[in-house]
Amino acid sequence: MTALIGTASGGAAPGTPPEAAPVARNRRRWSPYLLLLPGGLWLLLFFVLPSVQLAGTSLYDRSGSLETGYQQGFAFSNYLDAIQAYWPHLLRSAVYAGIATVICLVIGYPLAYAIAQKAGRWRNLMLVCVIAPFFTTFLVRTLAWKSILSDNGALVEFLRGLPLIGDDFRLLATPAAVICGLVYNFLPFMVLPLYASLERLDGRLLEASRDLYATPVQTFRKVTLPLSMPGVVAGTLLTFIPAAGDYINAELLGTPNQYMIGNVIDSSFLVRLDYPLAAALSFLLMATILIMVFAYVRRAGSEEVV
Amino acid sequence: MASDLVLNDVTKRFGTFTAVDDLSVTVPQGSFFALLGASGCGKTTTLRTVAGLEEPTSGSIWLGEQELTGLRPYKRPVNTVFQNYALFPHMSVRDNVAFGLRRRGMKDVAAQVGDMLDLVQLGGFADRKPAELSGGQQQRVALARALVNQPQVLLLDEPLGALDLKLRRQMQIELKRIQTEVGITFLHVTHDQEEAMWMADTVAVMNAGRIEQLGPPTEIYEFPASPFVSNFLGQSNLFAAEVVGKSGDDLQLSAYGERFAAPAARARATAGHVWLGVRPEKVRLTEPGQQPPADHNWVRGVLTDTCYAGVSTEYLLKTPWGQEMSVFSANQSAGEPLTPGTEVVVHWYPSHSFVLQRPDGHGEQPAPQYAADPLGVAP
Ligand SMILES: Nc1ncnc2c1ncn2[C@@H]1O[C@H](COP(=O)(O)OP(=O)(O)OP(=O)(O)O)[C@@H](O)[C@H]1O
Ligand SMILES: [Mg+2]
Repeated sequence: MTALIGTASGGAAPGTPPEAAPVARNRRRWSPYLLLLPGGLWLLLFFVLPSVQLAGTSLYDRSGSLETGYQQGFAFSNYLDAIQAYWPHLLRSAVYAGIATVICLVIGYPLAYAIAQKAGRWRNLMLVCVIAPFFTTFLVRTLAWKSILSDNGALVEFLRGLPLIGDDFRLLATPAAVICGLVYNFLPFMVLPLYASLERLDGRLLEASRDLYATPVQTFRKVTLPLSMPGVVAGTLLTFIPAAGDYINAELLGTPNQYMIGNVIDSSFLVRLDYPLAAALSFLLMATILIMVFAYVRRAGSEEVV
Repeated sequence: MASDLVLNDVTKRFGTFTAVDDLSVTVPQGSFFALLGASGCGKTTTLRTVAGLEEPTSGSIWLGEQELTGLRPYKRPVNTVFQNYALFPHMSVRDNVAFGLRRRGMKDVAAQVGDMLDLVQLGGFADRKPAELSGGQQQRVALARALVNQPQVLLLDEPLGALDLKLRRQMQIELKRIQTEVGITFLHVTHDQEEAMWMADTVAVMNAGRIEQLGPPTEIYEFPASPFVSNFLGQSNLFAAEVVGKSGDDLQLSAYGERFAAPAARARATAGHVWLGVRPEKVRLTEPGQQPPADHNWVRGVLTDTCYAGVSTEYLLKTPWGQEMSVFSANQSAGEPLTPGTEVVVHWYPSHSFVLQRPDGHGEQPAPQYAADPLGVAP
């Protein structure tokens, strides 16, 4: 954004006749704002206004109800109530999403690397395979996992047959199942940005590194990884943020014991009709994510990504 | 012998395309060896096989007693200055230069890196990123990054390509000085013939994956081994001739009905079809009305073009048999250059001629005159 304005204020090209210069300069000064206009309007309508509305709702006096109407107030106690009642869900969301993100990274990095650097003419086909799950809806895919992981499914039966695994072993309705679902559903969000940054990686730099006495492991640590850091940061953010707010996986693959903050918000809004609490929880989730992302990006030292 | 770099019958094929064709060469330890050739003739590929970035399809590479073929690149005591620099964009100049030393486990590298940066005149640039440097500065970083490791062989792939003339000269002197000082074997790839002749102890002229000629610059220039070399390194006038006899140490030649002489010692073939060659700067122009010296080779012609280039004038003339010939004439007197259309006689010492083999059928058409053969497909 600053870069845009920077180039825009660069002024007229040398050699422009003096009278024409102010017009050209004016047009240039305004063009970045014109370009920003559609996106800005979109954000205003669908992000800023609802957020303000939601912030208002989160401060309603909770003595009201949907039938009797709410009193706009400054009931910051709503936030305290929300934290007191639901901090385990908030924590669980962060932990599940964190674990899922790490697993996605571990699975996704080699996959993206292979597609970007080694796949040759199979590259496009492999990319399509990564995206293929998106051709069915989120809900259906997750329901499919429900039957894959179910107690009388082939997978569990096979695992129960293995030594050291007891007959009461189960996958569905465990934290593992929820995390599995998150990993599965958000893996493409990890792979695609990683692929984009690894695909740009100049093979000649890897050659230079090998020429300068770096073993393959050192080449990875000193050249490949740092140069793909923008992809890592973008991928982890794109995975972690939606995963932390997700409730479908916990709903379908878990039990109330695995419910995440998304489930609570969902039921507060739609079942218990406790709008102020639901709104407060939404803001808490947003704040948690923002804080974690901010700390993470600071550490990753890759501010240019955000 | 200690650690000469030896390439034994090295061949590199990409699919059916042969980039390096059965190349054998010995680069003596501590020498400055230039590999010269047109674009695409396999110079970079040759370097890459030495660096280990490419395995030869067949053949072997040795450094003294140690076989390099099959060794991973990071195990070879060889460093490369890449044609495209390949600097690490996420590291400062300092870290780029320190990279090789650190990978070999050296801790205190600051002093070495500083010295090296001073050597390439980039002392004040240590904290910059490569993207914040000019092309020439990047090239010098690439040089420093390789040189700081003190490899046994330094491979330079057109390291001075992006520099302007002045800096280029400066770096050539600098490179030569560094090379003499540290005694590292330099294998220097270039397609700038002047640079090759100027810097190297030994020049190898490469064409289509093979070495056409190898030797000290003077030898290659004065007595080229093939028409390609004679026109790749400088220019040559080549006449399709037959050997018709011998008198004393000289061969008698006939071309287009004229008689010529050339020393037998400067002949690659002493019978049958040959090329008679002479360098343009060895040829003198006789003004109209004057006679060439009696024992000189001479050719009559009409000037077709005159290029005044300050220190010298380059004349193009057409021989009676329609061949173009070029003559460089040092501008020693203040007179005006001759104008096109003038009838002249050009002549040269027989001892300045050289004689090359000419396969049957070649040269029924006039031979190529100018080095203007960018693809290197000259006969
Ligand atoms: N990986 C590859 N696959 C197929 N062909 C290749 C490959 N690398 C090089 N070649 C071919 O081999 C030939 C020699 O290439 P090389 O890079 O060695 O040329 P060069 O002499 O260094 O040329 P330049 O002066 O332009 O750098 C070229 O015709 C090139 O197209
Ligand atoms: Mg090359």
